[in-house]
Amino acid sequence: MRKLNSRQDLEALREELVKKQQSNKPRIAICNGTACHPYGCVKVIRAFKPELVKRGLENKVSLKTTGCHGLCERGPVVLIEPGTIFYQQVKSEDVPEILDETIIKGNVIDRLLYTDPATGKKVVHQPAVPFYQKQERLILGNNIEIDPTAIEDYISVGGYSALAKALFEMTPEQIIEEVKSSGLRGRGGAGFPTGVKWDSCRKAPGDIRYVIVNADEGDPGAYANEGLLSGNPHSVLEGLIIGACAIGAHQGYVYVRNEYPLALANMTAALSQAQELGLLGSNILDSGFDFNVRITRGGGAFVCGESTALMASLEGKVGEPRAKYVHTVEKGLWDRPSNLNNVETWSNVPIIINKGADWYRTLGTDGSKGTKIFSLVGKINNTGLVEVPMGITLREIIYDIGGGIREGKKFKAVQTGGPSGGCLPESLLDLPVDFDELTKAGSMMGSGGMIVMDETTCMVDIAKYFLTFLEEESCGKCVPCREGVKRMRQILDDITEGKGDEEDIDLLERLSATLIDSSLCALGTTAPNPVLTTIRYFKDEYEAHIKERKCPAGVCKALIHYYIIEEKCPGCGLCVKACPQEAISFMGKKKPVVLDESKCIKCGACYDICKLGAVGKE
Amino acid sequence: MDEKVATIINKYNGDRGQLVSILQDIQTEYLYLPKEALIQVSETMAIPASRVYDVATFFRAFSLEPRGKHLINVCLGTACHVRGAVRVLEKVERSLAIKREGTTKDRKFTLETVNCMGCCAVGPAVKIDGEYFGQMSTDRIAPLLTKFD
Repeated sequence: MRKLNSRQDLEALREELVKKQQSNKPRIAICNGTACHPYGCVKVIRAFKPELVKRGLENKVSLKTTGCHGLCERGPVVLIEPGTIFYQQVKSEDVPEILDETIIKGNVIDRLLYTDPATGKKVVHQPAVPFYQKQERLILGNNIEIDPTAIEDYISVGGYSALAKALFEMTPEQIIEEVKSSGLRGRGGAGFPTGVKWDSCRKAPGDIRYVIVNADEGDPGAYANEGLLSGNPHSVLEGLIIGACAIGAHQGYVYVRNEYPLALANMTAALSQAQELGLLGSNILDSGFDFNVRITRGGGAFVCGESTALMASLEGKVGEPRAKYVHTVEKGLWDRPSNLNNVETWSNVPIIINKGADWYRTLGTDGSKGTKIFSLVGKINNTGLVEVPMGITLREIIYDIGGGIREGKKFKAVQTGGPSGGCLPESLLDLPVDFDELTKAGSMMGSGGMIVMDETTCMVDIAKYFLTFLEEESCGKCVPCREGVKRMRQILDDITEGKGDEEDIDLLERLSATLIDSSLCALGTTAPNPVLTTIRYFKDEYEAHIKERKCPAGVCKALIHYYIIEEKCPGCGLCVKACPQEAISFMGKKKPVVLDESKCIKCGACYDICKLGAVGKE
Repeated sequence: MDEKVATIINKYNGDRGQLVSILQDIQTEYLYLPKEALIQVSETMAIPASRVYDVATFFRAFSLEPRGKHLINVCLGTACHVRGAVRVLEKVERSLAIKREGTTKDRKFTLETVNCMGCCAVGPAVKIDGEYFGQMSTDRIAPLLTKFD
């Protein structure tokens, strides 16, 4: 690939690439996102190449392995153009048929289509799938168009044109003004206005400044950043270079979570390609601007998502946060002005520069502009990555996009904001999703986890789950967090074990107040949120555990027992084999089995294996 | 003096700011952080051994104990949790007769938990030697483990 020495070079390359792609070649885009891997997408990808060759189609069809398409529940997904034909749950055995029928003859294969559960009808075209209809895939939209490991693909869909505009048509002050006026707020969770942060960093005294991509998405149950970074790494990089130019930084860092091997690989490839083309390095496109980026792997510590802890880790130290009397935009990495933004924040920047702040402001609510990516997961029919305009209601996301609750069960709560967020009940489903509304309800936007829970999820257990997580992840530097979270978890342990006391709820609330007031960093100050919101909205469940010694959802082991529903049991004996304790006895063919509760360890093996619903728990 | 460790340190020009990356590379090489390697890092890079130990024990990704031939990661992220990840974990523990963060006596398996692997849509998820398995349940564990010898 030749080095681009000017803006004209970039535009010429783009023209060349677009021309090459404008042929009417059919295109097959196969999802290679992390969530499609357990479904065997790699086998499907591998099957296509030899089958294309067998039919002499290797030069007549364009085959693309792309990032996440969104509807992970139905993976592996394959999208065929022209026609946006959407095939789901594709297996390697389906590949010859896809080529013979769809590519050669133009027929749609009914079996591979998505069935709308509401109408029972098959849906042919991707945009008509209900999951996609209420979405606004401003940032994720290009995931289906490009191979994330090919910079040519990104350039051919308009990539790096915003960088060229920023470098040659705008002053740094104008870039910052544009970002400020767009109303963009930090997508990492707290929602601080991005332009204001950039401005402070630019104006902070010092010669050397840094820009940092926070890709240490630590919230369990959130993979929004993963899907973006692995699916379109150049969009993040382009935003970062524009930001560096505006702030006056010449060195950038990308801090990627260690548990995301695909994101790490694709971002690493993106950096070296950009370097090779001259979009990174010295005198970028002959603009006189120099900028380099280094990629760093995290060490698997949740607290490193906090800016000061992340910067300490970048310096090779343990990831402990510090008090922010002096902000990181003034003294951050190596005590120099440093601007850190989340993956998704950076990737909004090229869009704002290209389309303008006025256009961007038309999306969203008064206080929250643009779109937000969520990983919609848990007990929901259509799990996946969704991108929605700010202001959409939780109900629209869960029911219209997510297709409602699995197995016809009843909705109980939706959790946003990870361990710093909270659980919201059914009465708040019409809440518009934006930074301020979620905070008012006791939760927060967070980096994009949205975990749906049904009647079989115990809210006290969920609160305990988050506190167990936070106890492990607390760095231990400040006492309120280190000791407070531990004590709160112990109280929740007692409650879920049937040893709760009526004063426990009050004690949890008082401890929460101490943590909020006195913890050093946001890990501690937000740690009580999962407890406070579950007490606020699901107090009856706490009371059932404490007063009646019962777990209404049937989760807390100490408070439940398993039993055989005799009318439903045909005596097949599957559970007898599954039981590790030999607690279930086979009584002869067509006779219900017998469970000896004194031997039962409540492992749930019988409950899982019985597909007839003959094992009950309460 | 271990050549491999020396090469890794040289790759980063002995930059103290890259300590985490250096330890990660050593772990990729040995699957854990051998004590001798940590001492070598400390001496070559002139970082107090206590600080190297501090970093090596702070981050969850590092292991100071030798790991088994196959590394099992059971995801305990929220999405996996609400779909029954704990029962899956307990089943693996029973099947291998080890607890989380433990290694079987024959050094065949090491069992670790992880707080999210980024494939929440298919939870409960398990990763063995880098290969992902989704929608796990207690009855799928034993057949899965027999695939790894």
